Amino acid sequence: MGLNLTALLDTFALRELASGMAVTLRHMFKPHITVQYPEERTPLSPRFRGEHALRRDTNGDERCVACKLCEATCPAQAIFIEIDPNSTAQKRRTRVYNIDETKCIFCGFCQEACPVDAIVLGPNFEFCGFRREDLFYDKAKLLANGERWKKEIDANLEADAKYR
Amino acid sequence: MSESLKAILDSLHAFGTGLVGDMWWTLIWTLIKIMILLAPVLFMVTYITLAERKIIGFMQVRYGPNRVGFWGILQPLADAAKLLFKELLIPEKVDKSVFLLAPALTLVPALVAWAVIPFAPGIVLADINIGILFILAISSMGVYGIIMAGWGSNNRFSFLGGLRSAAQMVSYEVSMGFTLIPVVMLAGSLNLTDVVNAQKGVWFVVPLLPLFVIYFVSVVAETNRSPFDLPEAEAELVAGFITEYSAMASGLFFMGEYANMILVSFMGSILFLGGWLPPVGFLDFIPGIIWLGIKASLLLFVFLWIRATFPRYRYDQLMRLGWKVFLPISLLWIFVIGLGMHLLGKA
Repeated sequence: MGLNLTALLDTFALRELASGMAVTLRHMFKPHITVQYPEERTPLSPRFRGEHALRRDTNGDERCVACKLCEATCPAQAIFIEIDPNSTAQKRRTRVYNIDETKCIFCGFCQEACPVDAIVLGPNFEFCGFRREDLFYDKAKLLANGERWKKEIDANLEADAKYR
Repeated sequence: MSESLKAILDSLHAFGTGLVGDMWWTLIWTLIKIMILLAPVLFMVTYITLAERKIIGFMQVRYGPNRVGFWGILQPLADAAKLLFKELLIPEKVDKSVFLLAPALTLVPALVAWAVIPFAPGIVLADINIGILFILAISSMGVYGIIMAGWGSNNRFSFLGGLRSAAQMVSYEVSMGFTLIPVVMLAGSLNLTDVVNAQKGVWFVVPLLPLFVIYFVSVVAETNRSPFDLPEAEAELVAGFITEYSAMASGLFFMGEYANMILVSFMGSILFLGGWLPPVGFLDFIPGIIWLGIKASLLLFVFLWIRATFPRYRYDQLMRLGWKVFLPISLLWIFVIGLGMHLLGKA
């Protein structure tokens, strides 16, 4: 072992404590890294998977053809679809399209499965409610979401299209 | 004290004495003086909480509270209002009288000790000739509050916290007491005003630097501050002796802790850093109370700085540091100072 004079001196001069405190003092004058959320936001990827939306095509018609692939692929079984047998349109329509956002795990499989790009996960992550029922989305709510976030969703799909 | 102020005070005394008689006026005047002393102390206590959160926030590269008022300036008031309006829960199994007495017994000694702190020449509530002894005695009282909280809560975590704090405070009281002895030797007096006046040539921190460091570390342990906050130790003891307390009762513990912190910072400034004396002679146009405030604020900053830097000590390390490191060094330094004073013919 032996008597290491430098080490002894370091111990009594509290060198390690001083260097530790120098680190915290240096950090005190660094710019803050906090993002002050409601006023400032972090950037979102075009692939961000937020609140669901049902899209309409250019004619304003529902894109969904009631193929039920999203319902089948949903690992959380959050989607419930009923086909409208009385539809007079040229294609199949849904009568009920429910998504339980409390069950949803935001995996995005429904969006991947959809053959007509009808169901998408939009950029909105600020949806909440005071009751559970507020998060049981029906078809009207999903279509309304599609209208509300149309610009952002279209831009995101456009940006991501070349990677698909 | 200026002449006009003295005249105003004299007329006030005459008026008061005429109004309620000599005895009552003395009592009322003392109470007024206590108010004048305690109001700024309690103000400091509330705002040191904001300073702590801000400074530690800055050191962790974040903002700290900044929502309530500009720059979070009203945060302590919001906290106080919250604590006051919350319900005081008294668990069924606690020893009620001990449980309720404990928070008061923690806060009161921390405030009583302020009586002997001289803020500037002549500005002291009680200029008694055993000021240092008084403060040592009163600050030892603080441990009772914590032990009673730990015992009265009837909770094993609280009990462990109380035990730890008792052992810790007693241990560090010893080394803290021994660091003060050379100060008394050099000053030749236990009166805090005399101690400051004895530092007119050179501050005691120069000949007593190791003791100043030991004093500071000891008071960090004495006030149960991080990294010696073993009695609270959120990670292992939930919150130690505060576990069962709610609302303003737990608020009183925190007020006591912060009041103690400010008190020992002022003590450190007075005993080692020359109190109200300016660092160099030509700066004495600045009032002494501001110098004292600056020095105490610096020490308080170091308190917070230490908290932001170091992880908590292990219990055996804490005891080892107190008994095996600090005690021998401070005893040795007493001997060195005594020898030096003898050889220089000062004593």
